[in-house]
Order: sequence, then C-alpha cells, then structure tokens
Amino acid sequence: MSTDPSVAISPVDERSGPMVRFEKVMKSYGSLVVLNDLDLEVARGEKVAIIGPSGSGKTTVLRMLMTLERIDRGMIFVDGEPLTSMNRNGELVASDAKHLRRMRGKIGMVFQHFNLFPHMSALKNCMEAPCTVLGLSKMEAEARGRELLSMVGLGDKLFHYPSQLSGGQQQRVAIARALAMRPKVMLFDEVTSALDPELVGEVLNVIRKIAAELDVTMLMVTHQMGFAKEFADRVCFFYGGRICEQGPPEKIFVSPENERTRQFLRACLEAT
Amino acid sequence: MAHRPLVVCAILAFTAGLVIASFAGFREFLPGLLEGALVTIEITVGGSVLAVICAFVAALSKMYGAWPVRGLAVIYIEVFRGTSALVQLFWLFFVLPRFGITLEPLTVAILALGLNVGAYGAEVVRGAVSAVPRGQWEATVALNMSRFQALRRIVLPQALVPMIPPWGNLFIELLKTTALVSLITISDLAFKAQEMNATTYRTVEIFSIVLVFYLAIAVLITVAMRSLEWFAARGLARGPAQ
Amino acid sequence: MKFWDWNFTFEILPLLARAALVTLEATVIGFVVAAILGLCFAIGRMFGPKWLSIPLAGFIEFIRSTPLLIQIFFIYFVFPEFGVEIDAMTAGVLALGLHYATYCSEVYRAGLANIPRGQWEASTALNMSTFHVFRDVIIPQAIPPIVPALGNYLVALFKDTPLLSAIAVLELMQTAKIIGSENFRYTEPITLVGLIFLIFSLIAAGLVRAVEVWLRRRVIHS
Repeated sequence: MSTDPSVAISPVDERSGPMVRFEKVMKSYGSLVVLNDLDLEVARGEKVAIIGPSGSGKTTVLRMLMTLERIDRGMIFVDGEPLTSMNRNGELVASDAKHLRRMRGKIGMVFQHFNLFPHMSALKNCMEAPCTVLGLSKMEAEARGRELLSMVGLGDKLFHYPSQLSGGQQQRVAIARALAMRPKVMLFDEVTSALDPELVGEVLNVIRKIAAELDVTMLMVTHQMGFAKEFADRVCFFYGGRICEQGPPEKIFVSPENERTRQFLRACLEAT
Repeated sequence: MAHRPLVVCAILAFTAGLVIASFAGFREFLPGLLEGALVTIEITVGGSVLAVICAFVAALSKMYGAWPVRGLAVIYIEVFRGTSALVQLFWLFFVLPRFGITLEPLTVAILALGLNVGAYGAEVVRGAVSAVPRGQWEATVALNMSRFQALRRIVLPQALVPMIPPWGNLFIELLKTTALVSLITISDLAFKAQEMNATTYRTVEIFSIVLVFYLAIAVLITVAMRSLEWFAARGLARGPAQ
Repeated sequence: MKFWDWNFTFEILPLLARAALVTLEATVIGFVVAAILGLCFAIGRMFGPKWLSIPLAGFIEFIRSTPLLIQIFFIYFVFPEFGVEIDAMTAGVLALGLHYATYCSEVYRAGLANIPRGQWEASTALNMSTFHVFRDVIIPQAIPPIVPALGNYLVALFKDTPLLSAIAVLELMQTAKIIGSENFRYTEPITLVGLIFLIFSLIAAGLVRAVEVWLRRRVIHS
C-alpha cells in the first residue's frame, strides 16, 4: 500500500486516529429518517459487525461510506480525512470528484447480490479495476488476481464466467475482486443473505481468512449471529437510525443491557 | 417472432417463383433493377453506419453529458423524430447549398437517412443502457472506476446484445426509407422502377418484382442481425449472472 | 440574395395553410382506413380459418417490410390498368391506409391477446353471439390500453403524408416544392414545412402522452 505524499495532514495524527468516523450523520428519504444523528468510530484494523432489524439504517451506513449515497448532515472521516468534504485553502467545502475518487480508493465493498461483471471471467473481473483505475500492467494485475483467487479457494476457476459458478463461488470472486484494489477498509453488505444455506460456510471461511491474514479494517452488516460472535472485535446493534448498543460480542450476545437488543436477539434465536 | 422470417421467406419464394414463371419479360427488367438494387443497398449500409454513430453519440450525450451537449442531443432527437424523413431529405438537398455546402446527392441521401434513423436509434440505445442492472454501476463505484471507464468497459458491453433486435427493425425502416431518394433523382431501385414504368407501363410486373427485391433485402438484414446476435451472445458467455 | 426573406415567408403562408388542410385530410382519412382495416386484419389473423389467416399473415408481413412509396405508386398506376380511374388523393389515402393497417393490426393483436381468457369463457357461458361478444365485451376492453400505440402510428402516418407529393397530391411538401421551383427560393418553403411538421408532431406527441395518463387513471386494472 503506497502512501500518497500529497495527502493533506489532518489535525488528528494519521497513524493513531480511527480509520472510520461518523460524526452526527443524518440521512432521510423524504419524510423517512434512516440515519439519525449517528456517531460511530472504527479503529484501524478493527472488525466490526453491524446487526439490527431491517430499516434500522445498517446498509445505509455502508453505502454512504462507499459514496453510493449522499449524507444530508454531518461528516464522515476516513483514514483521518473528511470524505464528503475537503480542505480547500483551509476551508471546508463539499468534495469535488477528484477528492472523492482518491478517498474512494481506500474503501472496498462486497455486495449482497455479488454484482460480478457477467461478460468477464473470474480472473478478468479481478484484473479489470487494477488495470483501468490503478494503472497496473496486465501482467501485474493478472498476478495479483491469481494470488487473490487462490486465496479465496478458486485457483482452479480462473477462467470460468459468473454464469458457470455457484452463488458461493461468485461471492468469493467478488471478495477477491474487491481485495485486488488493496483497500484499507472492507465493507460487507449482507454478503451471505442471497446464498443457499450450504454455500454460506465457504464465504464465511474466506472472510475469517482475510480477517486473520490481512491487515484491513472490516465493517460487516450481517444476520449471521454465530459468525459475528466469533469473528467481530465489536458488535453494533442498530435501531431507529442510530447505534442502540455496542460492545464486544461476549457482552452483546450474552448479556445485552438494552431491552431492544434483548428483544432482537430473542427474535433471531426463535427463527433458528 | 420466430415465425416471421419463415412466413416472409415463404412469400418471397412463392412470389419469386410466380414472377419467373409467369412474366416472360422478367429478363429484360433484371439488369436495370439490379443496378438500382445495388445503389439501394449502398445507401442502406452507409445510412445504417451513420445512424448507429449518431444514435450512440446522441443517447450517451443525453444521458451523461454536460448540459450544453445534452441540450444539443435533445434538439437533434426531437427535430429528426418530429419531422418527416422526406422533408429532411428535401431540406438537405435544396437548402444546404444555400449555406454554401454542396454535396453529391448520394451523400445527401446517406446523411439525411442516417440522421433520421439515428434519432430513433438514440431511444433504442438509451433503453438498452438503462436496462443494465444498477448493481453493475454500484460495483464500478466500489472499485473506484470513473464513469467513463464504467460505461466503456462494463455497462456498454452488456447493453449491446439486447440492442440488436430493435436495431434490426430500424435498419429495415431505413431500407424502406431509401425509396424516397428516388425523388431527388438518385438511381436507386425505386427510381428504376418508376423509370421502367414510365417507358413500358407494365406496372404490375415491375412493381411486384421491385417489392420482392426490397423484401429480399429486408430478409437479408433480418438474417444478418440474427447471426450477429448469436455470435455476440456466445462471445459474452451469457447466462444468469446471479 | 437574402438568406431569409420575411416578406416572402408571409406571402407563402396562406398557400401553405391551404396545403396543410389537404395534409390533415389525407392523415385523418388514411388513419380511419388504417384503424378499421387493421382491426379486420387482426381479427382475420387471430380468429379466421387457416386458409385465411396464414396468407393474410404473409400479406401483412409483405406490406410492412416494403417501402410505402412503392406501394403508393403501385396503387396509383395499377387501378387504371384495370379500367378504374382514381385520383391521386384517393390512391394516396388507400396506400397509406393499407400500409398503416398492417402496423395497427399488430397493435390490435397485442390488445386482443391481453384480454383474459375468462372474458371469452364468460361470454360463451352467457350464450352471446360472436358479434355481440366482440362489440360489447372484448373490444371495449381491448381498445383503451392500445390507444397510445395507435396514437403514435397516427403521428407516424401524418409524417408520411409528404410521400403523396410523389404522385402530385397538393399537400404541404408538394406545395413547398412548387413554390420553391416557381420562385427559385427553396429555403423558406421547405423550412416552414419542416417547422409545421415539428410543431404538429410535438403537439400530437404531447396529446398522446396526456391520453395515456388519462387512460391509466380511468382504467380499472384487474
């Protein structure tokens, strides 16, 4: 991971501050308030699981971080720098396209419905962005793609097209594709929700492997409580557009303080 | 949709057979009509190429361009869709010289028809590009691709195959519209037909044969489009992506 | 020579106005023919016996896939050969009507195909005659959804009326050509004709969209 010498140094020291910080973020769709004065901090290298009922704003958090949605109020900081605003001559103005693209390069996302490029093989899917965006040579991009696809267990399916792969395999390709851009933050948006149950495990194994082997901050929206319990450093329970309760998994899953958290976890248990 | 070319081919074969069997004078018309058919095909091909270019430029400008470019695209599309092809043809033929631009009739024909069909084609392009799933766009954002890169490498390739059948229909429309160029004295198939009719007055034979010729070219276009679709779909390894 | 002569423009406007009436006449009559004939074609294709529906399908494809201009010439020159004298306007309107009937028949077929099977079955159960089934049950339900599509073909037909200039019908394009050749000035007449068409098409397109919206509010969807 190269450091860009032209990065503006924010007041907070880059090396010690949080990797991601949401400050009083608000987002509404018309009259529906989706994120309500949200404050959230994620430390470097931390693995955070986000749980909660639908409509609580979980996915919106990830989408805003990935700049797929705009925030109405508040600020988001990534790697010490503001995301949706930028520093121009000491003043804070709305980000221009160039700033957004630079910041976006630090973040990667894996989607619920994979969104693989159907007209490209698995390897090509992983090579595309490193070539066109990072300017890697074809050889370099291919080497990186092969390495990552082996890592996710698909070293023998390099030239298969998405239509020839199972859901679990496609999702693993999607993970490799995102990692090929060497992001500092990886976002996982309900990545197993669209999979048949027997395919969920292979994807979760890959995520475990990434958590262990790579130095990357991870935010994961998930319904897989068992996995979250074992994998996350911290669990955030979202309700009504803000964090209702958060803490280490032992605390949240075993002895939650908030009544709503308890209700939610009880309902989840009843479903299994 | 699948039975359409079959019905058409059957009629084609039947009428061709009827014509050859019944009309003794068939042979004397043939050379002149074939000459005309070549001109018709020339204009059809030239006009089609121009139409595709205009359609892509206009549609992409309208969807993703800055407002001046978008405005021009909208004006182009509305004007050429809202006015008659013949009016456009005559305007370019009679009025353009007054601007100091004198073109060969053949060039005027290709220009007018290409611009006309291009305006309708813009809607086809727009529809196909809009139909590419949103998730594809979001994946390109997640991978930090620029809009241009996303369009060129990811979205447009996926939009191309669904575009082929409607374009096939538009090319056949263009073929039919080429008949108008006979009215600006270009020696195409329609012109030859009128010429021969004026000298021999064997209306039924001449025009029947000419109609069959046009039909034959239309069938060729349909067959070409079907083959293109088959090749393209194979090359892109289509199938349910998720 | 001046580029745009406003005096000339105002001089020729009355002539063009009269020609516009001819254009509208051809459009309306042509569309009436197309609408009625198209319905007959559609019914013949969908419900007629095999010896009718298949040749009819072939005939419709044939007309749809070949140039309208040739069909106009054909009708104009063919009738006198069989002893029937028809004037240019009649020939033109017949050709337009026939050509667009083939397009309309496709639209009607789509509309008729969209009628739920139950409607046919209920009518049979009530022992209604075929004529009454069509008139009172099927057609009132089939027509409203396809009116916008028919409207679009009306506009297309309107834009094809200049082809009648080829057989010297005194509609807008022919009049413009005559004015142009008599005065050696083509710019004003042809541009004006273009503008007239543009304005009419935009208005018509707006009307079709308005009808579409109005119908969507009115029709009770099953």
